[in-house]
Amino acid sequence: MPIVTVENIHHSYGARVALDGVSFDVASGECFGILGPNGSGKSTLFKILTTLLPPTSGRAAVAGFDVAKQPGSVRGSIGVVFQSPSLDIHLTVGENLTHGGRLYGLGGMQLRQRMEQVSAALGIEDRLKSRVKTLSGGLKRRAELAKCLLHRPSVMLLDEPSTGLDPLARKELGRQLDALRREHGITVLLTTHDMDEADRCDRLAIFDQGKLVAIGAPEELKRRIGGETVIIDAPDADGVTAEIETALRVKVGRADGLMRIETADGAALLSRLLPRFGSRIRSLTLGKPTLEDVFVRETGHRFESRSAPERAA
Amino acid sequence: MTSATPNAPPLTDSTRRDPTIAPGLCRPALSLAQREIVRFLRQRSRILGALGTPLVFWFIVGGGLGRSFSLSDGPQNISYMEYTFPGALAAILLFTAIFSMISIIDDRREGFMQGVLVAPVSRLAIVLGKVAGASILATGQATLFLSLAPLAEIPLGVVAVVFTVAAMLLVAVGLTAMGFWLAWLMESTQGFHAIMNAVLMPMLILSGAFFPPEGAATVLRWLTYANPMTYSVALLRHGLHSGRAVALPEIVGIWPALGVTVGFAIAMLGLSSFVATRQSARTLQ
Repeated sequence: MPIVTVENIHHSYGARVALDGVSFDVASGECFGILGPNGSGKSTLFKILTTLLPPTSGRAAVAGFDVAKQPGSVRGSIGVVFQSPSLDIHLTVGENLTHGGRLYGLGGMQLRQRMEQVSAALGIEDRLKSRVKTLSGGLKRRAELAKCLLHRPSVMLLDEPSTGLDPLARKELGRQLDALRREHGITVLLTTHDMDEADRCDRLAIFDQGKLVAIGAPEELKRRIGGETVIIDAPDADGVTAEIETALRVKVGRADGLMRIETADGAALLSRLLPRFGSRIRSLTLGKPTLEDVFVRETGHRFESRSAPERAA
Repeated sequence: MTSATPNAPPLTDSTRRDPTIAPGLCRPALSLAQREIVRFLRQRSRILGALGTPLVFWFIVGGGLGRSFSLSDGPQNISYMEYTFPGALAAILLFTAIFSMISIIDDRREGFMQGVLVAPVSRLAIVLGKVAGASILATGQATLFLSLAPLAEIPLGVVAVVFTVAAMLLVAVGLTAMGFWLAWLMESTQGFHAIMNAVLMPMLILSGAFFPPEGAATVLRWLTYANPMTYSVALLRHGLHSGRAVALPEIVGIWPALGVTVGFAIAMLGLSSFVATRQSARTLQ
């Protein structure tokens, strides 16, 4: 039974369409990723699922409750980690947990027990008396997670959780989320624009310009592309594309000026390609398909090609 | 993760059928108010500001304005310093209230308030918590200024102090709630400053705090009587003079002053709670 259901969600900010008919389900206990560049609509979806924004049309349910009609019940079932920390840096970790718990009606003995429990689970027992502003980025994120677990949510929603973390802290966060899922059966739903983070999810929904362009397990999505990808940068891309297509009888895709050929056997293709076209090629990459390739194939453009000054929506 | 212990209790509650949590009004509101005060006391610069502003205010009003002006149409039996003292209290309450609400604008986009908004707390509890915390801080700061009254040769009895502090708290609740409402409607702190210049400054000046409305042009007189701040200043004035016979020309009687101040506070709390419920995220695109 799905624990998160999204049915044909549309959302517009005035004339600008942020989400254009999105539907998917998340199974209980899953780690589900929403991958997309800035402006793809993933942040808007995040706000809808966390009850901060009612969708213009369509329906979304979390833990069996409608986000627009029963926001109170949804809020009681979710733990939310925002991109920017919601801890008060002037308070200690313990004070932040106390205030966090009271917002969920916890108090007294019950709150103390829960605080002990979550801080033990996240390894911050010895930090309860430290002011948040003195903590490292990784520890802050752990304290943030602890705060979100006090009321025992069944779904954790995380907005770009690895943003601002160093690689080590990122890895540690990944391990913690895994443990929460394995040991406590908590469903994890996160938005990301980081390919490595997306690769670690059980299933992935790829967003672009407000639309869901692909959904599935990362491995499955990459398998759909085929064996390997050869990416070619050539000064005269148009001419070379046509010639390669006729000479080698392969399909050459184009994305942002680069040529890409999907093939079962990359080495064999290269041995045919290089003798004839080697002098006209500026650079060349042979690779196993990545999620980036999946994105390019589904959308026809590179992942961050429009990332310029656009605001996350 | 240290939760490898085999019998660690689960962090999620699969047996719970109804996740509807009703934390009520008091616990979250008190918690938010407490947080507001604790974080104030932890920021040295804010404490210095709170102590410094009233002093600066007093030097300007007492040392500057007080020596340059006299009241031609106003009461002759009190000094200008004494006449403007309630206005100075109101100004401190207004600015402290407004400044402590500015943080809401940024907090809602990134920070503490986001975490509060996704909790199953009624929006009224959020308003009450923020307003209670900020009102206590504003009243505390104004009380410091009040303690300077004897230096301005304004006699203060125990009754007057009690009545004035109670009045300040009441006035602060209305002003802080107004600050909450305005802050919630704003998309940027710049917008908030514009509102401050266009609305809040005139509110303060046309409150009968600095000149008696009787001597002003008709339009200004009407604006003064339509201004809720006038009644707040009047209430503070009544507070300061309670227990003492002073022949002040009463701009506003004590009961209208109290009634309008209470009514304003209730209206602003309602308005704040309404906008917070209606648009948790409208401006958060």
